[in-house]
Amino acid sequence: MSEPTGVIHDIGYQRYTGLRLGRRHVFGALYLHGVRTAFGLGRSAKAKIFPWLVVGIVIMVAAAVTAISSQIGESIMTYAQFADAMSWLVIFFVAVAAPELVSRDLRSGVLPLYFSRPLPHADYPLAKLLALVTALWLLLGAPQLVMFLGGAFTADGMRAVWDEVLDLLPGLLYAGLWAVVFAAVGLLVASLTGKRAFAAGGIVAVFLMTTPIVGVLSILPSQTANQLAGLASPSTLVQGIGVWTMRDQLITSPEAAGPDIGAFGPAYALAAVALVAACVALLLARYRKVAAR
Amino acid sequence: MTLIATESLTKVYGGGVTALSELTVAVEPGIVGLVGANGAGKSTLIKILLGLLTPTRGRVRVLGLDPTTDPAAVRARVGYMPEHDCLPPDLSAAELVTHLGRISGLPRTVARERASEALRHVGLHEERHRPVGGYSTGMKQRVKLAQALVHDPDLLLLDEPTNGLDPAGRDAMLALVHRIGTEFGISVLVCSHLLGEVERICDTLVAIDGGRLLRADHIAAMTSATDVLAVEVSEGTEALAARLAALDLPVSREGRLLLVPLADQQTYDLIIGAVADLDLPLHRLDQRRHRVAELFARREGSHV
Repeated sequence: MSEPTGVIHDIGYQRYTGLRLGRRHVFGALYLHGVRTAFGLGRSAKAKIFPWLVVGIVIMVAAAVTAISSQIGESIMTYAQFADAMSWLVIFFVAVAAPELVSRDLRSGVLPLYFSRPLPHADYPLAKLLALVTALWLLLGAPQLVMFLGGAFTADGMRAVWDEVLDLLPGLLYAGLWAVVFAAVGLLVASLTGKRAFAAGGIVAVFLMTTPIVGVLSILPSQTANQLAGLASPSTLVQGIGVWTMRDQLITSPEAAGPDIGAFGPAYALAAVALVAACVALLLARYRKVAAR
Repeated sequence: MTLIATESLTKVYGGGVTALSELTVAVEPGIVGLVGANGAGKSTLIKILLGLLTPTRGRVRVLGLDPTTDPAAVRARVGYMPEHDCLPPDLSAAELVTHLGRISGLPRTVARERASEALRHVGLHEERHRPVGGYSTGMKQRVKLAQALVHDPDLLLLDEPTNGLDPAGRDAMLALVHRIGTEFGISVLVCSHLLGEVERICDTLVAIDGGRLLRADHIAAMTSATDVLAVEVSEGTEALAARLAALDLPVSREGRLLLVPLADQQTYDLIIGAVADLDLPLHRLDQRRHRVAELFARREGSHV
């Protein structure tokens, strides 16, 4: 710019003596990159289609629910019920996003470029996991925010708005629970293969194939077996915890029975913690092996 | 300071395969050629230097640091170019190198600047914004080199940088590596199974075979006595040999070639003069390549 003639000079190679950021920043960069990747940002138009289709659907459903509620003047769906209702879409979102986050890196062989940098082995999978959790939470949380805004603007008085907030918070927490469980399971499955199609199939299989097991267990003659049936599949596991901790948010009308978990609520919570812990441990073990290759 | 030093370095893999065996070597900064046949242990050595593999026995130091106890410190100062394909096809070179620069700890804007600088230095300009999937092998190799360079390391570890390149691409890549080693002030360890390539650009040569050290020395020490001119004429080889002998040049024959030790620039003139005097059709006159190879061949039989 200071060169009036506009000649570009080759100033040769410049050594860098400036700031080098620490582990926290590097982790943050990898995490943000992961969140963007999950939504196809910074990627080709093709990679954006599916994530934004799902986002579009959930937002539209939320808008429709809000519009209908405000028309008929009563709530037709709580925030937590919304998360439950969207669980199928969450599964498909995980099946696309998780392979995009990890399988693709395995496939393209880019991992040696990460692991030859000052990045501890565990940081790579953990940043990816956190990114997927965030993406799922945003996917379920953003529509709830739409519903909240709709509800708040049509509510009469601050008191009603505050009630909406008190309903929204458990809804967001419940969305977080979905996000953690589904991200942990999905990312572990995706990290096992470099083929994205296999990974996506594997994730859908893990989530959907376990549902019949729940079905079988829940019609067994033993009541204990019925009440513990939900443990067999991630979706029903999450629902079980929801029913245990926020029953009034999930089961609103007396005729809607909802899953019967009896007194096994804590068992569901423990199972979820164990499941997530096991998935993270396996994920870390998996990347310790990959890094040494 | 010693660039890389190993002491009785041994790596035995789980299956009982010995990849490195009692390797003791110390090299000074500069361009270091690491040569050996496929499976000689070159990649294993690089991974130990990066702290990705733990040696079974022995000690290793890179830039004065120990990669077994402080791998992050070593990796912060080292750039690594792997042998195999490692580029995601749908990212552009600029995006990929910027991202990897950030993973090396560069702040966001610095990473972007240094990424385009690194790509410019390896010879990628406007095409850096296109997806890598559409690049030629030569361009991909350049991107791999640029990502190793983006965080301004003190040492580059290049694993077979000329892999898959055509002869012109090989020459360009070697010239680039030479430039990095001499003008950029960055030490380079170049791995190759092709001795003839590496010896053209490196100061020090380390040859390993079956995980053992064959030889490590300055290239000058290895080649000083062995510079030879090879002369080939389409006819009249005998007459030329006699004429050169008459000029007091110690000629030896090797098939259709006449070999003359290269004393100084005058040797060229004498040979050209002799060929012109005899009016012979000169087929070729060149400095013998693979000089070091012969050196190893003499020591180690059929290896290298």
